Amino acid sequence: MANSSAPKPGSTDPSVIRNFCIIAHIDHGKSTLADRMLQITGVVDSRQMRAQYLDRMDIERERGITIKSQAVRLPFTADDGVTYILNLIDTPGHVDFTYEVSRSLAACEGAILLVDAAQGIEAQTLANLYLALENDLQVIPVLNKIDLPAAQPEKYAAELAHIIGCDPADVLKVSAKTGVGVGELLNEVVKLIPAPIGNADAPARAMIFDSVYDTYRGVVTYVRVIDGQLSTRERIAMMSTGATHELLEVGVISPEPVPSAALGVGEVGYLITGVKDVRQSRVGDTVTSSLRGATEALGGYRDPKPMVFSGLYPLDGSDYPLLRDALDKLKLNDAALVYEPETSVALGFGFRCGFLGLLHLEIVRERLEREFNLDLISTAPNVVYRVTMDDRSELIVTNPSEFPSGKIAEVNEPIVRATILAPSEYVGAIMELCQTRRGALMGMDYLSEDRVELRYTLPLAEIVFDFFDALKSKTRGYASLDYEPIGEQASDLVKVDILLHGDAVDAFSAIVHKDKAYAYGVHMAGKLKDLIPRQQFEVPIQAAIGARVIARESIRAIRKDVLAKCYGGDISRKRKLLEKQKEGKKRMKMVGRVEVPQEAFIAALSTDESPAKPK
Amino acid sequence: MPSLPVEGEPAPVDGSLPPASADAFGQRPLSFYVHVPYCASRCGYCDFNTYTAAELGASASQSGYAAQAVAEVRLARQVLGDREVPLSTVFFGGGTPTLLPAQDLARMLGAIRDEFGLAADAEVTTEANPDSVTPESLELLRAAGFTRISFGMQSVATHVLAVLERTHTPGRAIEAIRDARAAGFAHVNVDLIYATPGETRDDFARSLDAAISSGADHVSAYSLIVEEGTRLAGKVRRGDIADVEDDVAADRYVQADEAFTAAGMHWYEVSNWAQPNGECRHNLAYWRSDDWWGIGPGAHSHIAGTRWWNVRHPSAYGDRINAGLSPAQAREILTKDQQRDEQILLGIRLREGLEAGTLSATQLSVVDAAMGDGLVHGDWAASGRVTLTQKGRLLADRLAIDLLS
Repeated sequence: MANSSAPKPGSTDPSVIRNFCIIAHIDHGKSTLADRMLQITGVVDSRQMRAQYLDRMDIERERGITIKSQAVRLPFTADDGVTYILNLIDTPGHVDFTYEVSRSLAACEGAILLVDAAQGIEAQTLANLYLALENDLQVIPVLNKIDLPAAQPEKYAAELAHIIGCDPADVLKVSAKTGVGVGELLNEVVKLIPAPIGNADAPARAMIFDSVYDTYRGVVTYVRVIDGQLSTRERIAMMSTGATHELLEVGVISPEPVPSAALGVGEVGYLITGVKDVRQSRVGDTVTSSLRGATEALGGYRDPKPMVFSGLYPLDGSDYPLLRDALDKLKLNDAALVYEPETSVALGFGFRCGFLGLLHLEIVRERLEREFNLDLISTAPNVVYRVTMDDRSELIVTNPSEFPSGKIAEVNEPIVRATILAPSEYVGAIMELCQTRRGALMGMDYLSEDRVELRYTLPLAEIVFDFFDALKSKTRGYASLDYEPIGEQASDLVKVDILLHGDAVDAFSAIVHKDKAYAYGVHMAGKLKDLIPRQQFEVPIQAAIGARVIARESIRAIRKDVLAKCYGGDISRKRKLLEKQKEGKKRMKMVGRVEVPQEAFIAALSTDESPAKPK
Repeated sequence: MPSLPVEGEPAPVDGSLPPASADAFGQRPLSFYVHVPYCASRCGYCDFNTYTAAELGASASQSGYAAQAVAEVRLARQVLGDREVPLSTVFFGGGTPTLLPAQDLARMLGAIRDEFGLAADAEVTTEANPDSVTPESLELLRAAGFTRISFGMQSVATHVLAVLERTHTPGRAIEAIRDARAAGFAHVNVDLIYATPGETRDDFARSLDAAISSGADHVSAYSLIVEEGTRLAGKVRRGDIADVEDDVAADRYVQADEAFTAAGMHWYEVSNWAQPNGECRHNLAYWRSDDWWGIGPGAHSHIAGTRWWNVRHPSAYGDRINAGLSPAQAREILTKDQQRDEQILLGIRLREGLEAGTLSATQLSVVDAAMGDGLVHGDWAASGRVTLTQKGRLLADRLAIDLLS
């Protein structure tokens, strides 16, 4: 550590502590700003500087997003000559992780609102800003990238001032890249953000805002101490479950882990107990001492709740055990991932997996493919439905093929509050899109002359179904989207089955709104018609609701499959060709008597219905 | 001969057979094929191993070809030993055999006769381009011992011949057939190509009429195949010419089958129709997995489970022959399973079909399902032979895949 005279963990006066986070859209320079802070405070010298130090995982680095937050302790001697302890708490930057974001924010007293001076604020940043304001955080508005030729600092300062209700002159202007203004920003953090307040003599209470599985250390849990003190070697208890563990190590990150004797009021650091599964150390839970511990947990704990489900199947059926092992390993580091074995007539053995959202799904899938070398097919993502039958019995449906037939009294589906920011010229297009997606307009505000915020409630199922791609294409990529679950609503939903030659193909069943059933049926039937090769017999493709066929296509029987010439010089080539085709045939999936190439399943389940990729 | 090379193992330079094949040789009838790798011009759809004079230049002259072929005939005698196996068929194909002087063809046939002997009723065929025969040359071929001649008529529609880049006029093939009959050829074949882009049902009907009334006792009718690397494939890829449509080809096949049947010509192989006793025995030898030796560049041979193929280019072939080496480029020694597979994929194409008794229980269940789909005649269990219906002939490859071991 650079500053040897700085206050030590476990004996730091809360009055010199400042806990804060950075709220920013990806690409707006959060990681670069964090890097610059590490450098200015001397925690990392420029030689060691690895660009974007705080983002650890490769996938995060490639996508420029931070999934797992961390906290870094920065000793900083301010203009007043006092050495402060700044704890920079990194927040996950995506809509699927709203709950994790809220816990990270709850660990802070203040937030830097960082906005690209050439682009202005984005929907997701705005959503996180609202979260910060709800948590009573002191917000410091900052425009970044003022060195860019395209920067419009005056325009966006006015926009920020309008949103948070301050004077445009109060908006700081920095260049994280060159370092201009970052020193001043740190002084503002010291000046404006309140010091943490807690009772040092009360039983220990610390909030978990992140927990990460490490192959060598087991689970590393990140906490913010509210009251009392956590000391190494003491026994602690998790208040949601009552489980107790020995504290093998406590410490702070600066920016590598540094063990310490204790963590005191207002401090942020990590603890290690030797547990191997992040489920034993849940985000939002309260850590207390096992003996004479606190009786009341800190508020706000919530079990992670999967919102989006998808079936994951290995392309090669013999990889099923590998997939199971891989999921077991990922689960250690992902408290929100749930899965159970599932069998599909069409796709074989796989798992029905639950995710926080689409990005979570995509990250898990990508990690399975990349880190575990698996080739996977995923079924179209769907949400969770609550089905009430006529006899008032209730059924939770996470897989369309389990949707009951007949005697249904009511179906409830999850809904979200969506925030869309876009240039005002696209308002019409966005409203039209949201209307076709069963959205209800809740409000609309001009953030500045030419930028509008639209608030909608929308069924989550509609967002899961290529909403983001449609939004991007209708706004030439200018719109940004954020959403959060707000409950459920009863809707007129039906299950559409796709039948091939009379046999339903489970992987293609979908639960859709009654008014869209026909369009879905026509679309899928048409698509399959192009994807499935002609068979020896005519193959009808039907879309049906229960026994009622709503759309129909047919694949004409193949009439000719014979090489015209087969003489002496052709025989060898011909035999080899047929042997190859025979091998290819073995890889076909049989749906009844219909041979369907695996590629057809993949193509039918992906392409234009690829999951939204919120940015 | 199709031109795509096949992978195999190296063939011995002396042309010798593996012991198992050498021992088994003689159990099946023996035939000879002689490849003549020359054409006056290359047709747009053709991917056969053939060359125009301009393509070859001075490196491989047509005038020296007969001597090289004769040398390979002598090599064949050495390799096969002195076992008495009179030839039942000989076939000269190409290319355009009749581009060589009739005397050259006679010389090559003479060498085969001298080395191996021809059976009394041997069938000796040559392919011919209608443009490259005259009454005189036909007389010479007859006198040399040729009994059968095969003409490429393809179509009588001028615009179809233009797409195929055939040089002859529609009427020329008819004249050539008449001349061949007059010269005493007992058997005459005409080749037709159907489903050429732009060919109408009526165009094809006229071609069928012409073939049936030409005096030929045998017709081979092939759906046009757009082979990779041909000028035709290039035109299709660029969109200058539409691709061949399988459904149209199926319609034309049915049309042909009905017309020939009505004219007393029965199908005996998927693409071949003949009057009684007009079947080409040489081609039947291929389909019955008999033995044959192929002479010339790129020619394939099959002797008792060993197959090999010669180097493709005429000048490479000439170099090998002149050096006293086998022209074989590579070979494959077929396993029992592969031999069985070949018997199935070839046999299923024949009117005589497959012998039900030789099929496994699994294969018979495939046959049963195919019968249900109308591909196989319903009497197979009673007759003991699995034979294809018209619908089945059009899907023969599909069925063959299901029947492979």
